[in-house]
Amino acid sequence: MSDRIFGGVGLALAVFYLWAASIIPDSFMVDVIGPRTFPYIVGSVLAICSVFFLVFPDSEPHWPVSRDFLEIVFAAAVMFLYAALLPELGFVISTVLATSYLTWRLGSKPVGALLTGVATSAGIYVVFHLVLGLSLAKGPMGF
Amino acid sequence: MEILSSLGDGFIIALTVENLFLAFLGCFLGTLMGALPGLGPANGVAILIPIAFSLGLGPTPALILLTSVYYGAMYGGRISSILLNIPGDEPAMMTCLDGYPMAQQGRAGEALSLSGIASFVGAFFATWGLVLLAPQLVKIALLFGPAEYFVLFTLAFATLGGISSTNQAKSAFAAALGLGIAMIGSDSQTGSQRFTFGEIHLYDGIDFLIAIVGLFALSEVFIFLEHHRGGAAGGSRALKIGKLLPDLGVLKRCVPTMGRSTIIGFIAGVLPGAGASLGSFLSYSLEKSAVDREGKTFGKGDPRGVVAPEVGNNAASGGALVPMLALGVPGSGTTAVLLAVLLQLNITPGPLLFTKNPDVVWGLIAALFIGNFMLLALNIPLVGLFTRILLVPTRILMPVVAMISFVGIYGITGSTFDMMLMVAFGLVGWVLRKLDVPLVPVILGILLGNEMEVNLRRAMTISDGDWSILVGSPLAIVLWIIAITGFLLPVVLGRRVKSKIEASRPADEVAEGD
Repeated sequence: MSDRIFGGVGLALAVFYLWAASIIPDSFMVDVIGPRTFPYIVGSVLAICSVFFLVFPDSEPHWPVSRDFLEIVFAAAVMFLYAALLPELGFVISTVLATSYLTWRLGSKPVGALLTGVATSAGIYVVFHLVLGLSLAKGPMGF
Repeated sequence: MEILSSLGDGFIIALTVENLFLAFLGCFLGTLMGALPGLGPANGVAILIPIAFSLGLGPTPALILLTSVYYGAMYGGRISSILLNIPGDEPAMMTCLDGYPMAQQGRAGEALSLSGIASFVGAFFATWGLVLLAPQLVKIALLFGPAEYFVLFTLAFATLGGISSTNQAKSAFAAALGLGIAMIGSDSQTGSQRFTFGEIHLYDGIDFLIAIVGLFALSEVFIFLEHHRGGAAGGSRALKIGKLLPDLGVLKRCVPTMGRSTIIGFIAGVLPGAGASLGSFLSYSLEKSAVDREGKTFGKGDPRGVVAPEVGNNAASGGALVPMLALGVPGSGTTAVLLAVLLQLNITPGPLLFTKNPDVVWGLIAALFIGNFMLLALNIPLVGLFTRILLVPTRILMPVVAMISFVGIYGITGSTFDMMLMVAFGLVGWVLRKLDVPLVPVILGILLGNEMEVNLRRAMTISDGDWSILVGSPLAIVLWIIAITGFLLPVVLGRRVKSKIEASRPADEVAEGD
């Protein structure tokens, strides 16, 4: 079933891709086959493979149960949030929060997770920023 | 003789204090990453690329650092195979078969140093193979026109799934996905905006580093989260090493094994679609049928069963550099990542690399020799140090991996959009891995897409729109035949080879790519 859904999504993607390829504007410079031909080929391969998945699906993979699935969704949400907050809060604070969350979800106790978060954040800050001179996001307090 | 003098020049470049230090650092980090289950050569190199660039290292130093990581990870993979029966990375899988039984018999130290020597032998002779073979391949590659290049890229994608692939449609889908992503941004020939939908962030295309770090490193973090695998790999099991040096007699008995496995591994590395995993698998199976036909000692802690796969995978990793450097077409996940390094440095790999940037090529090769000696020195006396890393729980390690990925991408782009894109790639990578869709073709598609299209369009310009130019020369026809055979062979053989490899795989999941 998963492969069928995958094939369906793939086919939708391929159709969208082919449509998006068809509206690529021409420019004043032209060559023999133009900017659309190769995307058409790529889109067709996507479509053919997707139809193949629909017709001949593989055996079902081991999907996580819904709780573990939520785990992934939350972790991804935390990472998105991290990316968004990095310029606001600065590297050190955001990293403490994100690392603590991930460590906690991977099985540390809350206090231990917080300590790991602080240690990781400080460690990366020292090694990459102070020693190696990499620029990290600056927060309101300058770190 | 010309080769030797070029190699000499390479040594002059590599033997500076800075480069020696970078080689050492790379070897050390690589061995650590190889030893850790969940971090292999491909994702290890992937998270370090953006860091190396943010630090502003020049082309040769950056390459030396990252290839040392690559070689180091190949060495490191064996440590957890032997001690814990968990392969540190995909190619080290076969080392479990005899390595772990040896450890159980209290001969872990012996197995570790034997496999360290084996890794050295494999990598050392394969690097010589690289020195001798790559310039020859360059001579052939200089005959290639745009049409032949287009077919060569097609060949690379067709064979990338490898002989053990069970579903070629999934490999093809992955490749098309990567190629499709590569099309995003301004068209290099005419300047038309493609697939950008007016989004300014997409005008320059998607940076392949974002895709690589997301697909390889972050998807690994998601896998660990899914399984709540937060404990230490070493866990409660005691990591006793015991006597370190093997008897001279044992070592002597392994010499013929080393010879055979080096050759097999190197060839497996050079050939498209094989790579280090198959190199170690073939070395082990052939060695078993050569010296232990009744199956009396192999699988029960025979030192030769440890030596063969380790020689095989390290020889293959040297061999895999041949097509990557000489043709610009990588045959495995890690060499694809190394190709990304070259592209990021604005160095186009391929035949011209040897004439245009000889300092880069020969400096790199010399660094491989130096790194190899360093790795031997690091891996035998200091092996105890590396086993300690197995005691660090992954609940601490994996978040660090994630955070370093963010630091690297922030360092090169400084953009929130790009970091979010990386997370999205991580999620897509996780889903694709669940569905058994290989990630390496996606990466390679993103890396090679534009080059492939440019060659097609050049060929078409030459022939004035006549598609038959793609089969217009004997060379192109030969490449087509290899591509088609390479694509169809796994359909026939794939399940058989795969089930054989699976049969010898220990229960745990290992990192993607080799």
